[in-house]
Amino acid sequence: MSLSAPDTLLRRSPFSWRPSTRLLWLAALAAGLVALPVLSLGFTALSREALAIWPHLAANVLPVALWNTLLLLAGVALLCGIVGVGSAWLVTQYEFPGRARLEWLLVLPLAIPTYITAYVYVEILGFQGPLQTAFRALTGYRSLRDYWFPDPRNLLGAILILGLVLYPYVYLSVRALFAMQSAALIESARTLGASRWPLFWRIGLPMARPALAAGLTLALLETLNDIGATEYLGVRSLTLSVYTTWLNRGSLPGAAQIACVMLLVVVGLIVAEARTRGARRFALPVKRPRPVGRIRLSGGQAFAAALACALPALLGALLPLGYLIGEFLRRGLIAQADAALLRALANTVAVSALAAALVVAVGLGVAAALRLGRESYLPALARLASLGYALPGTVLALGLLVPLAAFDNLVADASRALFGASPGLLLLGSGAALVIAYLVRFLSIAVAGVESGYARISPRIDDAARSLGASRREVLRRLHWPLARPAIAAAALLVFVDCMKELPATLLLRPLNFDTLATLVYGHAARGVFEDGALAALLIVLVGIYPAIMLVRAGERQPALPGAQPRQLDIRDPAE
Amino acid sequence: MTVKSRLSAVALTSCLLAGPALAQSVNLYTTREPALLNPVIEAFTKDTGIKVNAVFLKDGLQERIKAEGANSPADVMLVVDVGEINAAADAGITQPVQSALVDKTVPAALRGPGNNWVTLTQRARIVIVSKERVKQDAITYEDLADPKWKGKFCIRAGQHPYNNAFLAAYLARNGAEKTEAYLKALKANTARKPGGGDRDVARDILSGQCDIALINTYYIGLMSKATNEQKGWYEAIKPLKTSFANGGTHVNVSAAAIARNAPNKDSAVKLIEYMLGEKAQTLYGDGNFEFPVNADVKESAAVKLLGAVTPDTTPLGDVAKNRKAASELVDKVGFDN
Repeated sequence: MSLSAPDTLLRRSPFSWRPSTRLLWLAALAAGLVALPVLSLGFTALSREALAIWPHLAANVLPVALWNTLLLLAGVALLCGIVGVGSAWLVTQYEFPGRARLEWLLVLPLAIPTYITAYVYVEILGFQGPLQTAFRALTGYRSLRDYWFPDPRNLLGAILILGLVLYPYVYLSVRALFAMQSAALIESARTLGASRWPLFWRIGLPMARPALAAGLTLALLETLNDIGATEYLGVRSLTLSVYTTWLNRGSLPGAAQIACVMLLVVVGLIVAEARTRGARRFALPVKRPRPVGRIRLSGGQAFAAALACALPALLGALLPLGYLIGEFLRRGLIAQADAALLRALANTVAVSALAAALVVAVGLGVAAALRLGRESYLPALARLASLGYALPGTVLALGLLVPLAAFDNLVADASRALFGASPGLLLLGSGAALVIAYLVRFLSIAVAGVESGYARISPRIDDAARSLGASRREVLRRLHWPLARPAIAAAALLVFVDCMKELPATLLLRPLNFDTLATLVYGHAARGVFEDGALAALLIVLVGIYPAIMLVRAGERQPALPGAQPRQLDIRDPAE
Repeated sequence: MTVKSRLSAVALTSCLLAGPALAQSVNLYTTREPALLNPVIEAFTKDTGIKVNAVFLKDGLQERIKAEGANSPADVMLVVDVGEINAAADAGITQPVQSALVDKTVPAALRGPGNNWVTLTQRARIVIVSKERVKQDAITYEDLADPKWKGKFCIRAGQHPYNNAFLAAYLARNGAEKTEAYLKALKANTARKPGGGDRDVARDILSGQCDIALINTYYIGLMSKATNEQKGWYEAIKPLKTSFANGGTHVNVSAAAIARNAPNKDSAVKLIEYMLGEKAQTLYGDGNFEFPVNADVKESAAVKLLGAVTPDTTPLGDVAKNRKAASELVDKVGFDN
């Protein structure tokens, strides 16, 4: 991801190879595509009409929205960091009952859109939900005037819910690092007698830093541009302010200004992270990394570890999933399994799979250009290509709408002039606009994923191959591709899941008679009968679970090199 | 190249999924939820043989049609807020609906300037109270500011379009200063942070969190029909006869317009005329407990449930014009904070 660009710079091979111009063009094109909505945003924000709105926004909207957003980000970061790093450490360093199952269960919350989890928790914790009903039955209380019960509809609720859904981003990236890169280091420390906590604080955590930053970036950007959950939970965030400014005041320029403030927040986060990381570099083993031997826990410790890992999976995924299944059964929603639903399912899978393939192909190109190129503008280009994720989906879709429609009109008019017939709107009318929007929105995930794969390949391998006479193409095909393939597969799966969940851009850019599962769920939610969408919601989750499990596997699967069998170790914990 | 071939594959797939274009069809862009529209659309296709292609857009309908420009496939747009349909007309993406039937059925006050849009149904925003804890049958919107409701009033976000239109109407009637004072008093009365949806206020009345709340009428109807726990919410509440002091009830509209570059203009007019007919008005109005605009429909479900409503006389155009100012006042007093 953009965050690790400076490291890549440092790691670059001393040999002067230039990536093919085709690769550079691809990177530039990708960055340009992402820049489209950002530029159109900037133009809109600076229009004359816009400048008249700014004083009102600065006085009445931004202070509250900015403060709420910062608190939200800080809370989610804290929660995602603790849960993500903690659970990753436990499942990679220790052996306890249920560990293997928990290892993939911990990823599941990723499959559930935040807005669905928010709805579910409001229901579960609500007055007629199972908890309060049981509580009333036990205590004999009758109404909320008699007792207090936690209400998720506030900032704290939003932090907890978003944290529970988004921690897997951190878990996935940190876990991959703990599992693979650190074996030698950790085992040396163990041999030297480092006990459990110092091992975590002084070796594990510092080592996890880049992976933590990469995972947190994704989680925080998703928090920043979330609209469904935050709005439902009543948090006046920057993104919500973008919406109200646009819709109630009919002021797209004002909305664009707030979105620009959001971009500044993002840039601030990235710079702050880069600053604190400073020039520290992270050693990369030349030898193929191998998994660390896990320490077997027993008794209370084993139970505590299992509980600590089970809780996030339970609250983030299993509980919402169970609720959806319950609603599905209770309301007899099987009747909804009609042709329209199947079409939506097919649409969702087709568009998401296509987008994932395209996004990863382009991400691969950008990351490869970054790795191989010496052009000084490349890191900036890669950063630009990653900006799409920082924009709220609707803002991005609005920014894309104008250039895409302009292109469509050009094609339609030209074709009418040349052939006497028009194909209609080529991109907006076919669903291609959706794929482009997903590309712009999720490119950063692919670039980050591929880069993390690259980070595991020492540049010295490149040099060795080069000195043995391998061509640039051969290095890419025979070295980078097989070595980075697990990371690339992981990126593809992550993008696929994110595309399936995507709502705002899908709503705005899809063609006539075209629904995805997410838009179906939304159609019900917009009428205030979210429960009726339980089946479509359930399908999103079910289709997302398989890729989520594959994500864990992709992190484990290592390129097949001779003699590389993962070792099973049974080391006694020195602390015992 | 595989990416390219896959791209064309998806384009092809989506064309296939969109279904074969019938000789006669009409393209509908709607901010109205599909489940509410489908019965009417199906009846229309059955009665006229005209196929309806629809896309449900929540926000940005106007921006999309504007961007699509001369080649936009949009024929009819259907929206649920007077401000939004007015903005579409102002943006120049509509054209006059030329139909004697429309002129005859819809009162002039419920049509846009130059017939650029046409009201289909009306929806009122009224006060509900706890059946158990509040003993009164009528109220004015102004009364909601009475300190006796302190800690008892529930409402969704002040920036939500429903409240925005209501506050714009209040502003049109009372001016900025009084509206600001009103908002502050309302805020002081709230039992919880403004938020959630309209049905949530009914649930919060059941739970005892609040005694009095603002809600759109059709939610009351939908809850009355519910077979799940929402039935309980309905049973906990009582709708009050609600009006402005010396005025009527705040009413918003669901409305239709024909897109300026509509490729199937004739079918578009047919669809709008059809939606104003008694059959569609009953299907469409009753499906969502809205008040039909066609006066020939006497026994609507909404009237049966809530009685007739006298709409406030503030022109809808004035309401639309005051939305921006109302929204800024909500920010200013920190209503949603």
